[in-house]
Amino acid sequence: MSEVTNTIFSPALAARFDKLVTIYPVRRSALVPMLLYAQDEIGYVSDAVVAEVAVRIGINELEVRNVLSYYSLLRTKPVGKHHVQVCTNISCMLKGGYEIFGHCKQRLGIGNKETTPDGEFSLEEVECIGACSWGPAIQVNYDFHDELTIEKLDKVLDKYAKGSKK
Amino acid sequence: MPRLVSHPDEVKVLSSRFGKGATDIDKYIALDGYKATRMAIEKGPEWIIAEMKASGLRGRGGAGFPTGMKWSFVPKQSAKPKYVLVNGDESEPGTCKDHLIFLHDPHAVIEGTIIAGLAIGSKMGFIYLRGEYRYLLNIMEKAVADAYDRGYLGKNIFGSGLDFDIVTHTGAGAYEVGEESALMESLEGKRGVPRIKPPFPAVVGLYGGPTVINNAETIATAPHILVMGAEKYAKIGSERNGGTRLFSISGHVERPGVYELPMGFSLRKAIYEVAGGVHMGRALKAVVPGGSSTPVLLPDEIDVGLDFDQMGKAGTMLGSGGIVVCDDQTCMVEFALRTIKFYQHESCGWCIPCREGTDWLKKTLTRFHAGGGVKKDIDNIKYLAENMMGRTFCPLGDAAAMPTLGFVKKFRQEFEDHLDGKPCPHALMGEPEFAGVH
Repeated sequence: MSEVTNTIFSPALAARFDKLVTIYPVRRSALVPMLLYAQDEIGYVSDAVVAEVAVRIGINELEVRNVLSYYSLLRTKPVGKHHVQVCTNISCMLKGGYEIFGHCKQRLGIGNKETTPDGEFSLEEVECIGACSWGPAIQVNYDFHDELTIEKLDKVLDKYAKGSKK
Repeated sequence: MPRLVSHPDEVKVLSSRFGKGATDIDKYIALDGYKATRMAIEKGPEWIIAEMKASGLRGRGGAGFPTGMKWSFVPKQSAKPKYVLVNGDESEPGTCKDHLIFLHDPHAVIEGTIIAGLAIGSKMGFIYLRGEYRYLLNIMEKAVADAYDRGYLGKNIFGSGLDFDIVTHTGAGAYEVGEESALMESLEGKRGVPRIKPPFPAVVGLYGGPTVINNAETIATAPHILVMGAEKYAKIGSERNGGTRLFSISGHVERPGVYELPMGFSLRKAIYEVAGGVHMGRALKAVVPGGSSTPVLLPDEIDVGLDFDQMGKAGTMLGSGGIVVCDDQTCMVEFALRTIKFYQHESCGWCIPCREGTDWLKKTLTRFHAGGGVKKDIDNIKYLAENMMGRTFCPLGDAAAMPTLGFVKKFRQEFEDHLDGKPCPHALMGEPEFAGVH
């Protein structure tokens, strides 16, 4: 089915993309989800991802990049294996979101939008993640962790650190 | 997993299945699920729209437009296919209600989408979730697959001879996409930049076809209205504001959470009784009543009913129902700064007053809060915000300007207190990178 002969994606993802472009009235509607799912597998939207997605959608690379640059979840550089996203927007801020963010920086030894040297963790201050009534909240990759305290945060980060060693 | 809360003053319509395992299709059916869709198929589009109109349901995304009327604007005859688009891009700071709907009652969203489709004569609906809600998208996708397996979606739904398909769709991080025309752009695979209106989506919408766009909460309410009866639903609420809605209460309260309250419920009671009052026995300083874009209320302004009209009269908005409560130790300059930092980040940059206005407001407030403010800054902040109002294509410019004007007007003294190089006495941010203009 696919017009792409040398896909950079896993067979499962490539098959998913073959289908994704057919479920909308226009092919291009698959663009944003495709970029995000590609990022989930590759780690970021690399040049190779842009090139293949452009072919799959049937638009040029510049158009892909134009869309890509608009969406805050899409990134063109790798992040850590565990991408820690701390919400500091109003509701979380009132409940200590900046303390959570500060503690992450201290514990991980990195600043905003930085990655630990071993590539395990990266940190980002993010806008509202829709967990306002359960703040302060963070997302590690797509997983939510809410009603955090510093102690609870340490346990959450411990779990990810341990999970990596296995 | 977000904690569910409960209070005796709640009237559970929309949240009646929360915590009851209704993500499972059989469980959902046992809880009166898919009854509304069968009724809608049997009684037809005119009945559906009449019921929606009689229910007094108004859009839960924030604008409060009557839902039945919105559906009735879609032309009966159309050369292009018609669409239903469900807005689950929930991104207004202070709002986390759709989060619970997707988590606990995904089939209600599906049912509402089918019902809207039947009402307008559409064969296809899209459920758009913000990219951060991946685990909720997985729940929605499973629910849609289950509905297809039962023949509730696809060809000849419920053996009616009618077809209806649903596609779930993920965003990738953009507040602006919550605006309906930007939402359509995003779903069409473009940057989420708003479209010029008119034409309105009901006439020229998604892929150029007539489109109904509703907030996920609005859509999930539709089946409940049909099952319980529009009149009964309308009576729960206040005048011209039918039914209940989900209020996300957050910030400095004893029992934050999402509560379902009748429209017109007292804001004071919502804070002091339902949410248990201000935390740690502290005093109330300010309430942002309907998500971050709504103008702030002072403690002596909260004797107001939570509906679109009463909140409008009180000089603010019901908005998305996100009630953010600040105690007496909150720095309102910092709160204003954090609010504007968000809008600056989210401005799509298409309209100059919004792009430049939010940026200058952020720069000015950052310097101001760090102790580098001068007196004329206060009027400058006001001036900048005033010149954004009404001068942008979409409501994001107003959403940034309105709260800013409210903070300056109602907390002017607190702004004055930051003058003469005095840094904020109780800064929550206190991070060096926010202390200077970059």
